[in-house]
Amino acid sequence: MSPRLSDPVVRVDAVEKASGNAAYLADIRLPGTLYAKSVRSTAARARIGSVTWPALPAGYSVVDSRDIPPRGRNAILMIKDDWPVFADTEVRFKGQTIGLIVGPDRDVLGTLVSQVRVDYEELPPAFTIDESLALKGGPIHGKDNLFAEYSVTRGDPDGAFARAARVVEEDFATGFQEHVYMETQGSLAVWTDGRLTLRASMQCPYYLKKALVHTVGCRKEDVRVIQPPTGGGFGGKEHYPDVLATAAAIASLKLGRPVQIVLDRQEDIQNTPKRHPSAITIRTALDARGGILGMEIDTLLNAGAYETCSSVVLQRAVFTATGVYDIENVRVRGRAVATNIVPSDAFRGFGAPQALFAIEMHMDHLARSVGAEPLQYKREHLQKTGSRTVTNGTIHDAVLLEKMVDRIVELSGYAEKRVHRIPGRGIGISVFSHGCAFTGSGERDLIKARVALHKHTDGTVRILAAGTDMGQGLFTTFRKIVAGTLGVALERVLYDAPDTDSVPDSGPTCASRSIMIVGHLLQLAARQLKAEWQEAREQEVWQEYAHPPQLLWDQQSLTGDAYPTWGWGVNAVEVSVDPATYEVTTENVWTIYDVGYAVDRLIVEGQAHGGMSQALGYAGLERLESRDGAFLQSTMADYTIPTSMDFPMTHTEIVENPYPYGPYGAKGAGEIVFDGGAPAFVLAVQQAIGAEVRALPLTPEAIMRLCAHGGKP
Amino acid sequence: MIRFRLNGKQMEVSADPMARLLDVLRDECGDTSVKEGCGEGECGACLVLRDGEAVNACILPVALAEGTEIVTMAGLRDTARGKVLIDAFATEGAVQCGFCTPGMVIAADALLERSPSPDEETIRRGISGNLCRCTGYDLIVKAVSTAASKGKGLW
Repeated sequence: MSPRLSDPVVRVDAVEKASGNAAYLADIRLPGTLYAKSVRSTAARARIGSVTWPALPAGYSVVDSRDIPPRGRNAILMIKDDWPVFADTEVRFKGQTIGLIVGPDRDVLGTLVSQVRVDYEELPPAFTIDESLALKGGPIHGKDNLFAEYSVTRGDPDGAFARAARVVEEDFATGFQEHVYMETQGSLAVWTDGRLTLRASMQCPYYLKKALVHTVGCRKEDVRVIQPPTGGGFGGKEHYPDVLATAAAIASLKLGRPVQIVLDRQEDIQNTPKRHPSAITIRTALDARGGILGMEIDTLLNAGAYETCSSVVLQRAVFTATGVYDIENVRVRGRAVATNIVPSDAFRGFGAPQALFAIEMHMDHLARSVGAEPLQYKREHLQKTGSRTVTNGTIHDAVLLEKMVDRIVELSGYAEKRVHRIPGRGIGISVFSHGCAFTGSGERDLIKARVALHKHTDGTVRILAAGTDMGQGLFTTFRKIVAGTLGVALERVLYDAPDTDSVPDSGPTCASRSIMIVGHLLQLAARQLKAEWQEAREQEVWQEYAHPPQLLWDQQSLTGDAYPTWGWGVNAVEVSVDPATYEVTTENVWTIYDVGYAVDRLIVEGQAHGGMSQALGYAGLERLESRDGAFLQSTMADYTIPTSMDFPMTHTEIVENPYPYGPYGAKGAGEIVFDGGAPAFVLAVQQAIGAEVRALPLTPEAIMRLCAHGGKP
Repeated sequence: MIRFRLNGKQMEVSADPMARLLDVLRDECGDTSVKEGCGEGECGACLVLRDGEAVNACILPVALAEGTEIVTMAGLRDTARGKVLIDAFATEGAVQCGFCTPGMVIAADALLERSPSPDEETIRRGISGNLCRCTGYDLIVKAVSTAASKGKGLW
């Protein structure tokens, strides 16, 4: 077989990282660096009366809202700028930063921070979705506590319910999840000759640049952002780096020295954004034979104290509400509500996992209630090419789900295992999709990605783009796309550490968009460079985003093609449940994904394994409880993520289904590998214990409670 | 003064005996191959060898390094064992964000020292003190197995 682009290469940064040579944020040492630690609110909701700072030893300083330059703003610009850099008049969540203490010795900072006294005039906090909707203590945000509210309708849901023979209604709930990137959040700011250089553990250099310009009130050209090697992101380093970076930049501006903030693990778990908890109600109108006439879905997300990108997370939860099923009549309402908890934000899957858990479980429960085999029932409703979506868009591209379901049934022995049950054992299959890239026309209207290729006289080619590698392999895959298109060796193409001084804004690294959107632009640029190639000459080729013409979208009414295209997946998980301890052993995991084309097979497999591990953690291991506005779990000992002992090898197969607007046909792969794990696991446990499940995480304690109400392993 | 050997070099540091070995290695000795992931001995990102035994440098007072030989990734990488391990991790796709990797490689070295031809179960147990959030461990397990066969005789 001739070599293909998909054949694995050694990642360009693997040896450097494995050798311990890669310098992550905390490894960077600049002379004269001062360290900063946050003074954090101990009240969940309060007006700040007064702040009493301790007497500081020489060399130590306080930095707070008074240090924001007159031209600047005490506001962190994400989508909105409601989150202040330093709380000055009010606090909205426990852990919110009021100020910094900055100085040379990190050990001294902790002691000084503990001596700060803040007088609070406490107000009644709202922690839960219900408390927020009831406006407990008065609204936290606006008049109604809604950061966002959306409604989409396809067909005639009212008519469907009017002629229903039966209506089935269920409530689903999912909990917080913490990212636990292995490298905690950190930022390093240094001002030199009126210019700021900011390094951070990050996903999105240009988001940081925008936020810094907004807070400091300086010119764009005064801010330079550089990405050092970043130890995992998973969405957690999409917006939160703005919070640390703005504070570090103000401190460094005031003190004239480099200022570094690195969170320790406990501080990171307690104070950084999480996956949104959800409460989703699905009502389904059934005809007399058990067929689906229509659905009504109400999606609520607990967004926490500030808006971050909760509105966009909510959009994805709404647009994914009916999963991979072609439901003719449906209305979806979504609300993201403000509470006095750490803001939730982006996390791999971005609203889709919550929605997919609910719809996958609901379809299974519907099938049971009408006496149908659940997988067969799901198959009867699968979307196909040409199907309408919940936003009245069209599935334009080929859908291979039928074949993928056939294959996973064959691989997993599903049919046999469902019929000949072994007590305490179960198997579940989830079927799902992930809309790739930004919502609707976001790529065209908001992001407007630009990339360039710079060819040096020696024939090496440098990629100019802002995409970051936080472990997902982008530095390697981007180079493969360009080298493959140019027909040159991989070593001849250069790409590392994006620096806003030298690369254009190709958009953020998130939303399963980098390969599909930015990679495609790079491929187009490489084709042009190849056509114009001149030996020994310096050349530069630019490429700007162009929207595929068949995609229609109206952002006002949320009508049309919600995403440029979709990735597809099926997962099967087999478990056994211990009848005495209710502990679940995951026996087997099979996954099949349509990511268009794998630019590097091994990198996609790595995503598939890691995504599944994180999803199984979400499903059954990782419990993060908020009590009185603080998390009960705050260390790696009590918030337990999967170890090498928890799960077996994930069997992964990749289906080729080239997308015309992706490089070599590639679509997104970073999130879909997370989306289906939880429902497959829970469906398996359901079979093992014979009880219906409607909430995540499904811990042994939760299983014990279900079993006490009639379930039996 | 606390004295120990670091990657074959004699070190003499004036540090609080209760200071974490992790901080002494990173701040006094300039060895940033040792990472801090959790600071409480849970994640293994700071794993080092003390007289050949794998220990978490974040919960080890530097006083307990007195008179010992400490090996970090900055030392192991130049050895035949280190090279085989790094090569296996790189080729098998076991490195994603890389933050856990130096500690993971140290754990693999310690495991192969105890058990030069480990099966999957033994490898999973051997690296179970090291957390990784990116890979789901499957390709790390494969890499350790590859290193064991490619490096036959080294352990």
